[in-house]
Amino acid sequence: MEDFIVAAVKTVIAFALLFTVVLILVWAERRIVAFMQNRLGPTRAGPLGILQTLADGLKLIFKESMTPDRVEVWLYLAAPIMALVPALLIFLVVPIGAPITIGGTEYTLQVTDLNVGVLYVLAMSSMAVYAIALAGWSSGSKYPLIGSVRSAAQMISYEAAMGLALVPVIMFNGTTSLAGIVEAQGATYFGFLPAWNIVLLPSFVVFVIAMFAETNRAPFDLVEAEQEIVGGFHTEYSGFRFALFFLAEYINLFNMSALTVVFFFGGWQGPVFGPTVVQWILPVIYFFAKTFAIVFLFIWVRGTLPRLRYDQLMSFGWKRLIPVSLAWIILAMIAVGIRRFGLPWA
Amino acid sequence: MTEVVLFIIFAAVALAGAIVMVTAKNPVYSAMGLLTTMFTMALFYILLDAHFVAVVQILVYAGAVMTLFLFVIMMIGVDKKEDTAETIPFQRGLTVVIGLGLAGVIIMAGRQAWITGNTAFSAPDLNGTIETVSDALFGTWTVAFLATVFLLTIAAVGTVALAMFGTPQLRETESEEGQ
Repeated sequence: MEDFIVAAVKTVIAFALLFTVVLILVWAERRIVAFMQNRLGPTRAGPLGILQTLADGLKLIFKESMTPDRVEVWLYLAAPIMALVPALLIFLVVPIGAPITIGGTEYTLQVTDLNVGVLYVLAMSSMAVYAIALAGWSSGSKYPLIGSVRSAAQMISYEAAMGLALVPVIMFNGTTSLAGIVEAQGATYFGFLPAWNIVLLPSFVVFVIAMFAETNRAPFDLVEAEQEIVGGFHTEYSGFRFALFFLAEYINLFNMSALTVVFFFGGWQGPVFGPTVVQWILPVIYFFAKTFAIVFLFIWVRGTLPRLRYDQLMSFGWKRLIPVSLAWIILAMIAVGIRRFGLPWA
Repeated sequence: MTEVVLFIIFAAVALAGAIVMVTAKNPVYSAMGLLTTMFTMALFYILLDAHFVAVVQILVYAGAVMTLFLFVIMMIGVDKKEDTAETIPFQRGLTVVIGLGLAGVIIMAGRQAWITGNTAFSAPDLNGTIETVSDALFGTWTVAFLATVFLLTIAAVGTVALAMFGTPQLRETESEEGQ
């Protein structure tokens, strides 16, 4: 029974955390992009405009949710939910801090630690494509359909690269559990350099590029290229249903940043000192600091790079990223083999 | 107890998905029904403590295969009215008989030989599914596994070779069709 209560509390906290983070993310993105474009962005609601997202969210909830005439109603209504659910589920396996011990019981700061965590993450992110494909198709309108077909092709292509980029990480750390991967990065080189997986630089680069494509963000945001296809798959959605898509997009952005930190930047690892409570809080602070640094990278790229053409996107994914990651897997395999078994001629 | 309750719920969902898949007029809804059933299959694997198989089920079937299905269905277009006239006489009656017969055989086989043993609903063993599968693949069945790998590689390389070095005539007609 106690397990159930702990799990329920963790789940509620995780969801509350995600929704709070989204409020901050949307505001941060608007402010940062505004500064990059020599504007101010939202400044009116709350201090520095931080309540702007809340105001926008309330507005969307109270707006009328229009249902166009030619939609396939059931799928049209299901699509926003199918977008949000995988986004929420991915976060369940992300460890946000070191395990804490209260009264002899150890509590991990992640909802659940699956021993197939990496595969679970990939599986859930592959479910996200359904929401977009179905939203576009069920809208019964041409621009959403074009957007959703683009997105399905794009996400399938880059999913492969993303999965391949993670293979060296798994080989290097010898586990597919996210908590295990973070723990494996706890050591140091020469006593002071943290042994983060960032040494697997090609993996990191491929993963980040695939991550931009998976979250459908600039420079791969052909899915919702405003100049060509209005809003893409969510053109026919309004009010709360649109808000669900929006929410899912930003939760995915945060998830992917958190996963980058877990896979390549040591998760919550960092120097810990002081009394017990500080030792609990510091790893969480490290985790969020690193994650928001990656989020900043996302926003920076969005403010900098122009959108790719569709054929460029496809040929880059299949003809560059996948061969590069395959070659890198072979190199990493040799390196890991030498590390474990020694040189073949020695 | 929890497992039994969960099993009943998921079983109902899986059956509903299967029924939707067979009866839906629109192929997209059929695909969604199949997706639901595949997803609940993964949940059954989790109930059997086979987390690795469950995730692979979602990744491969729900993630990749069904996405391609859906993609093809959308590409070909679902606006065309399918010809649903039944050409085989007694088709429905035959289906019921064969279906019931198959169910009977499965239940009888299950009662005869309980393959997984009686420990299906036991304490979770979280640390071992990947290791168990990889021990079997790379230990016991290495040769069979490598043979499968070669088969798939040969198929993939063959496809690429056909596309790149096929007869000029074939390539010409294909490029014309492409334009």
